[in-house]
Amino acid sequence: MSNTLFSAGHTACAGCGQSLAARLVIDAAGKNTIIVNNTGCLEVFSTKYPESAWNVPFIHSLFENCAAVASGVESALKYLGTKDRINVIAQAGDGGTADIGLQALSGMLERGHDILYVCYDNEAYMNTGVQRSGLTPFDTNTTTSPAGARSSGNVRPKKPLPEIAVAHGIPYVATASSGFPQDLQRKVKKAISIKGPKYIQVHAPCPLGWRYESDALVLISKLAVDTGLYPLFEYESGVITGRKQITPKPVEEYLKIQGRFKHLMSNLEELKKIQEIADSNIKKYGLKAEQTA
Amino acid sequence: MKQFIEGSHAVAEAVRLCRPGVISAYPITPQTHIVEDLAAMVSEGKLDSQTVNVESEHSAASVVLGASATGVRAYTATSSQGLFYMMEVVFNIAGLRLPIVMTDANRAISAPINIWNDQQDTISLRDSGWIQLYAENIQDTVDLHFMAYRIAEDKSMMLPVMVCMDGFTLTHGIETVDIPSQEEVDKFLPPYKPLYKLDVDNPMTIGPLVDPEYYTETRYAIEKTHEEALKFIPKVMADFSKAFGRNYNGLVEAYRLEDAEKVIVAMGSVCGTIKDVIDELRSKGKKVGLLKVVSYRPFPGQAICDALKKVSKVGVLDRAVSLGATAPIAADVKAAFFGKKKAPKVISSFVVGLGGRDITKDSIKEIYRLLGTKELSGEFIDLKPELLKESYE
Repeated sequence: MSNTLFSAGHTACAGCGQSLAARLVIDAAGKNTIIVNNTGCLEVFSTKYPESAWNVPFIHSLFENCAAVASGVESALKYLGTKDRINVIAQAGDGGTADIGLQALSGMLERGHDILYVCYDNEAYMNTGVQRSGLTPFDTNTTTSPAGARSSGNVRPKKPLPEIAVAHGIPYVATASSGFPQDLQRKVKKAISIKGPKYIQVHAPCPLGWRYESDALVLISKLAVDTGLYPLFEYESGVITGRKQITPKPVEEYLKIQGRFKHLMSNLEELKKIQEIADSNIKKYGLKAEQTA
Repeated sequence: MKQFIEGSHAVAEAVRLCRPGVISAYPITPQTHIVEDLAAMVSEGKLDSQTVNVESEHSAASVVLGASATGVRAYTATSSQGLFYMMEVVFNIAGLRLPIVMTDANRAISAPINIWNDQQDTISLRDSGWIQLYAENIQDTVDLHFMAYRIAEDKSMMLPVMVCMDGFTLTHGIETVDIPSQEEVDKFLPPYKPLYKLDVDNPMTIGPLVDPEYYTETRYAIEKTHEEALKFIPKVMADFSKAFGRNYNGLVEAYRLEDAEKVIVAMGSVCGTIKDVIDELRSKGKKVGLLKVVSYRPFPGQAICDALKKVSKVGVLDRAVSLGATAPIAADVKAAFFGKKKAPKVISSFVVGLGGRDITKDSIKEIYRLLGTKELSGEFIDLKPELLKESYE
């Protein structure tokens, strides 16, 4: 147990994508890593005093400032002359990244700190009870975007955060998924081998918020990618250098096994709109297996 | 070495001599000259620090938080809205027991927006857990920075310290100031040795979730440290006085209190004006004095009671308000005397100098004049009644 960097025994839900992804990330980064974590599920379920799941140095300050705290950690390591042998990872959920933490993240990216920022994207504020965030998908039923007689859920599509990160001119941006562990770990290793700011956004399903059976974590993660709704790609210095190619499945296959989309199942018009989002991703990122040689 | 120098430049010199490893700040009037100077020093190679030009005060405070948690001496400076914007980080830093030193250029709070001096900004953060020290003049401000790091980083303290200097009056004022040598400062302020830090060879979780079983004790521990600080701050001041030959007498400073019948309690640069008025009134036979509060947090209630127990009339001067309640320092002074047998007959409260309105000698004389047998509560001095006549019917 003591040899693992993120121990078992934390209090995450069964079927939590974030706990799986967080372990994969720290295992890939290795023990010479300092973690700076925003407030959110991950911090809550892994560091309830007097216990901690972390066997690497870990600091949590507030909801929105991990990118800035990490900037301070990195600057201190530079001052001490030890930055070259220590990785700094800032990590947060989608709300802590795309909404309340966006300013601090933008500052960190723009200033060029040698930090890997990991956003665990479970597509709503899960720690506070499933409220919508800037990364909640179109038509999702959340507690603050409830589906009802006059609404089919969240009215806006996901904020294009990976592209916003790319626009800062940083050397590496990638998306990953808790359903593709080797791919995620390869990206983490690649990111930390590159100097400068890096951004990885990991799709991390949430059984409570998305309302799925806990054994469906990997299935759901994979379907998000295989439908084109969560494209996996890599940008290096602004250019797409990698994409996970798929044989696209219809979006219903992904939507129908989640309670958060249950209200759409007989609504062909809305399903069509979601299929269009997937189709647009497939086209934009060149995801279709037969499209490229 | 004595220099004729602007307050902000003097603070930057003091901070340079403290050798912070990481400096992070966001520009706000009237703090800007401090951080501009520090940036120039780093750029010229006169100061070996990492400077982080952040996108907000919230991030400035977060950067120094991260740096301090990594075991490096860190510094920031701000003012007014900037301090309020970093407020949740300010509380967080104290809760994490990180010995950061911050300079605040005291400035009024919006709305209406006003860039001039009062002390509403830092006073509003009195409950944050930070030690707050208030300077009377530029020499004070410089010296308090050396003492601030010594206090903050002592293993018995491990608390952040705010050095509060009145905006413009001290930040942009010019005085002859003795700036000590690096050797002198190094002798007084050894390198920072953290009790704990983010260290890959000794991993530790900092900032965990703490439930009702443990939270109260974390607050109690800070409260107890503040009580200890009431003894520790004077000790550091005594050490400083011995090393540098400038006298700092502790948490409060008495000025011509012997036989005084009317005494003003005040904080910051206004104390200089009050001292001049006292000298003038004393030459005319009036028995007046001043008690200057240097340490606002921890609040030196006992020291104030000891100093004022024989005084019959005390007027507390606040450059801030607690809208809807007694002015902040007055409330603390009254609380300190509550239940005490030996206490002034009258403790009156005066609000003065808000948003940079000058506190003149006449303002102070007016306070001494009003300080009679009738207790006054939140009496605004230099109020302009003609500005209050507007109606919106």
